[in-house]
Amino acid sequence: MSYLEFGYFSTFKARLQLLKMPTDTKKYIVIIAILIALFLVYNYIIYTNEGYTAKVELSPMAMEGQLLWQKNNCWSCHQLYGLGGYLGPDLTNVYSHPDKGPVYINAFLNSGVKTMPQFHFNESEKEAIIEYLRIIDKTGYYPIFDASIEPSGWVNIKYKYED
Amino acid sequence: MKTKLPLYFLAFALISLLLGITFGLCASLQYVFPEFLKEYIPFSKLRPFHVTSVISWIILSATGSIYFFLVYVERLKLYSDRLLKAHFWIFALTGLAIYISYLVGYTEGREYFAFGPVIMIPILLGWVLFGINYFKTLRKAVSGWPVYYWMWGTGIVFMIYHLTEAHVWVFEYFRENFIRDMSVQWKSYGSFTGSWNMLVYGISIYVMSKIKGDQKMAKSKTVFFFYFLGLTNLMFGWAHHTYFLPIQPWIRYVAYAVSMTEWIVLASIIYNWKRSLPKVKLENHPMATRFMMSADVWILLNLILAILFSIPAINFFTHGTHITVAHSMGTTIGINTTILFSALLFILGKLNPTFNTNQFSLRRGLQLFNITLFFFWCSLLTAGIKKSYWMYFSKKGLFSEMQDAMMTVYILIFVFGTGLVIALCMISFPILKEFLRKIKR
Repeated sequence: MSYLEFGYFSTFKARLQLLKMPTDTKKYIVIIAILIALFLVYNYIIYTNEGYTAKVELSPMAMEGQLLWQKNNCWSCHQLYGLGGYLGPDLTNVYSHPDKGPVYINAFLNSGVKTMPQFHFNESEKEAIIEYLRIIDKTGYYPIFDASIEPSGWVNIKYKYED
Repeated sequence: MKTKLPLYFLAFALISLLLGITFGLCASLQYVFPEFLKEYIPFSKLRPFHVTSVISWIILSATGSIYFFLVYVERLKLYSDRLLKAHFWIFALTGLAIYISYLVGYTEGREYFAFGPVIMIPILLGWVLFGINYFKTLRKAVSGWPVYYWMWGTGIVFMIYHLTEAHVWVFEYFRENFIRDMSVQWKSYGSFTGSWNMLVYGISIYVMSKIKGDQKMAKSKTVFFFYFLGLTNLMFGWAHHTYFLPIQPWIRYVAYAVSMTEWIVLASIIYNWKRSLPKVKLENHPMATRFMMSADVWILLNLILAILFSIPAINFFTHGTHITVAHSMGTTIGINTTILFSALLFILGKLNPTFNTNQFSLRRGLQLFNITLFFFWCSLLTAGIKKSYWMYFSKKGLFSEMQDAMMTVYILIFVFGTGLVIALCMISFPILKEFLRKIKR
């Protein structure tokens, strides 16, 4: 189209073309328009909704950690909330795990393990990654051992603010 | 003389597939021998190479097939050959830039798009050019579009939207709220897959209607009903990825209601098509038809899996395990790849009617493909079940101990993965050879 979508349909030429369209085509365009309208509203709510139950914001240092997480493809092997690769463990709650925590994370970042290469992070980079994992830990639980499964197949998950 | 650029897309697609399966095999070997190549190219570096290559296979083969159908089969005059040329070179050079960026470690992106976000700009430009060329070509030339034209148009438009959405994390507004960021990220990935499915499923309906010689099936009310159901799924059915993110429950309710109807859509279409397929037409494109029928079986298997884990109570145990990988392998290899191979064989039949699509390599390759993929898929399911048991039932031992205990399964994944690579090579090489021969002429 040589005009912007909506601008185009307001022109006389376009209205004329619309009239010439087969009936089914008009019907399909209307259905698509309705779906797109719903989609836009839905997206607006998803993008702007502040009502998420876990309102934890990343600090500037955590954002640095996030960028390091991305630069080093940590997601290739590790998961957050079960999303990511499966060669390494899920790290959603590694920070608050009674047997793990920041010292444990630091040790792994220093030396790597059998499958994990040594990344040679400097001290501030390690702090940033640990800070990132600390903030993530505050947002919720995964795996959610205290979830309740209903007969309908629905799962009620446990939110951190409920503690 | 007609442009050969659609064939360039297809040749590059096959090369991407061959690279992708090689990277994938090396990555699966690192599950068995963790030290293998670890110092040179660890799993964290191999995975982006694998993922980018196999996504490129799907995208490039779908794009090349669509261009080919428009120019060679429908004999439409493209709005602009220059746009097509620009589209091809943008994708080819961007692909090269991505591989180089991975080699030098410029990977600031995220899962599926590990490259620096700036590289997404030319990719988006390529899609915009494709969109302009596509809609401009069809707008006046065809009235009363069959469903595949709608599907391809939808795929292109939503691809642009969701590739953009996958990169809104560059804005601090999205990045600072971790849960919102994760929701939007996985929303975009779910819909990105839905967008390429629009292209691939559109291709399947196109090829089926051409083999059958029946245009009515692509214009029926039923097929349009399913198209709209698929579109609804693309728009709203992504959140089954995020059932266990602490997002608001209504998002998860919507996902539960909408998710996975897409599989029912295609299963129904192919089932109805096959039932009414006249035997005589099968002789025209025997291998294309066989590949399409293989897709039918894989749809059924993945449909069962998808329906099961779209139920949150089951997803609870399968999420974060290799069952998810089994689903993605089953759909990208079992369904998308068989449909795309079917399209490529149909294209070869059009380009060179004397090309023997029923040759040994293709026939046996398809058999080996189905057998090895089935066992590969089952091995991944087994790995997922074992991990889930460790996570929720036994809860014993460290992660590394659980991994060590799964070594037999990982060996099986590697062995069947090797068989799958051999099968894909048996299928790809003769097709690629023929495309290259046609390009040279």
